[in-house]
Amino acid sequence: MSDTSIVLRIIPVSYLSGLGLRRPHRMIERHVMAYRRQWLIVVSGFFEPLFYLLSMRAGVGDLVGDVSVAGRSVPYDAFVAPALMASSAMNGAIFDSTGNVLHRLKYARIYDAALATPMGPADVAVGEISWALIRGQIYAIGFLAVMAAMGLTESWWSLMALPVCALIGLTFASIGFLGTTYMRGWSDMEIVNTLMMPLFLFSATFFPISSYGGWAWVVQLSPLYHGVALVRACNAGVWTASLVVHALVLLVISVVMLAWGSRRIDRLLRR
Amino acid sequence: MPEPLIVARGLKKRFDDFEAVKGIDVEVQPGEVFGFLGPNGAGKSSTMRMIACVSPASEGTLRLFGMDPAVDGAKIRARIGVVPQLDTLDTELSVQENLWIYGRYFDLSRAECRRRATELLEFAQLTDRADSVVEHLSGGMKRRLSIARSLINEPELLLLDEPTTGLDPQARHVLWERLYRLKQQGVTQVLTTHYMDEAEQLCDRLVVMDQGLIVAEGSPRELIDQYSTREVLELRFGAGTNDQFGPQVVGIGDRFEVLPDRVLVYADDGEAALAEAHHRGLRPESALVRRSSLEDVFLLLTGRSLAD
Repeated sequence: MSDTSIVLRIIPVSYLSGLGLRRPHRMIERHVMAYRRQWLIVVSGFFEPLFYLLSMRAGVGDLVGDVSVAGRSVPYDAFVAPALMASSAMNGAIFDSTGNVLHRLKYARIYDAALATPMGPADVAVGEISWALIRGQIYAIGFLAVMAAMGLTESWWSLMALPVCALIGLTFASIGFLGTTYMRGWSDMEIVNTLMMPLFLFSATFFPISSYGGWAWVVQLSPLYHGVALVRACNAGVWTASLVVHALVLLVISVVMLAWGSRRIDRLLRR
Repeated sequence: MPEPLIVARGLKKRFDDFEAVKGIDVEVQPGEVFGFLGPNGAGKSSTMRMIACVSPASEGTLRLFGMDPAVDGAKIRARIGVVPQLDTLDTELSVQENLWIYGRYFDLSRAECRRRATELLEFAQLTDRADSVVEHLSGGMKRRLSIARSLINEPELLLLDEPTTGLDPQARHVLWERLYRLKQQGVTQVLTTHYMDEAEQLCDRLVVMDQGLIVAEGSPRELIDQYSTREVLELRFGAGTNDQFGPQVVGIGDRFEVLPDRVLVYADDGEAALAEAHHRGLRPESALVRRSSLEDVFLLLTGRSLAD
């Protein structure tokens, strides 16, 4: 744990303040202003995982029966629900940090305008990633409420899934933001969609990691896998030492991507 | 003499292997309207971006308000207003929201943002469009909104990169009048333009830039007096034949210049030059005597017209 806190201390604070991290919340303020008129777009992102969940309960669950997780047997929908919750946090974060950031960066030139003020590149990067994280968190809260209503939460520990989803959102928002700084145009958004699908399907989302056999190590490369494992543990209220590793993986990815993304945006905007 | 607001010494800007600005010295005094004049690619916009503290200088020193952009970029930007060459208005926000959020970027309170936005909408003649979506504004309105937005922090220095490019004549005059008002209020302005009339109208002092270097400096009047004759005789001999008639005007004025569509004869007395041309038997399709302008200065200094 101490290693991470050192990284956290060294990289973002001194590094990001060098890139002008002082008022990232202004970026969020701008988005709240813009989305007041388009709140429907925000809400719509919540439905996709919800429909998946309903289909799992209605059909697939009956066919599959119970699944064994950490030595316990749980109904299939209770197995899949936490994974879908983690996925919805990922979706919210990715969609905002890629397509919307690309639009603001290359076409609307929102950041160029902001950087003519005391705002700095790190304000833009941290502000955008925070906004994407917030959006992912909104979906996670909605999803958890639905899970509770459907009787899929097992204890109050399920609430712990919310901060975990914030971490997942942070991870994917940082990755999405960095990736977007390398995009040449809209056609590159296809790459995002192509990458998201296998991530969603093969992060031990729909079947336990044991079923991947010799390919389990590939699954472990997916950041979503670590997120899914954490949300599942929260929902079951089962705590193991391996959870610390999962959280560390996400944290380290976030920190590195965030610092790298800030550097990239500085290069792009302050030529 | 007060402390100059901008001081640049040996300022250079390189992009990979291309040198856009090749070492320029500039001083701008408080209250002055200062212009960078030059064709596209002269290095004007690169210079402006360095002054706006959004582009680090590759070499040389730059000081604004006595501060170094590399150290105090944010502090300097807090005191300047920028009107970029291409509008960077927020198309997802309304006209007044554009002003509000911009004020917030400068850490103004919400109440202060609203108060200033109301005043600035008045100034930009956009009060009745306050709730409009930016996309639906005309080019001139967008430009005025850009200027209004750049004033939200009550800047001491206003940077305008080609403020009237792409605007119709009426919209340009409205804009010039607004800029003149700001000058009267004591706002220092630095602008780039490739319009001669704009430079003559607005600038107290200007530099002519060409290929990354400053080739002349002075007030519009000084530059004309120094580099050109009082008057210019324009002779048009018809397309494709100007080359051939050019040499026949040798000695009529101080010097001459052959352009694709006309021959320019520089002389203090244009009418006398025309009489001499007629006397030599030259029969141009049309002839015109006019006063020298910055266009002529530019032509002499760079050998090219500004429109290139």
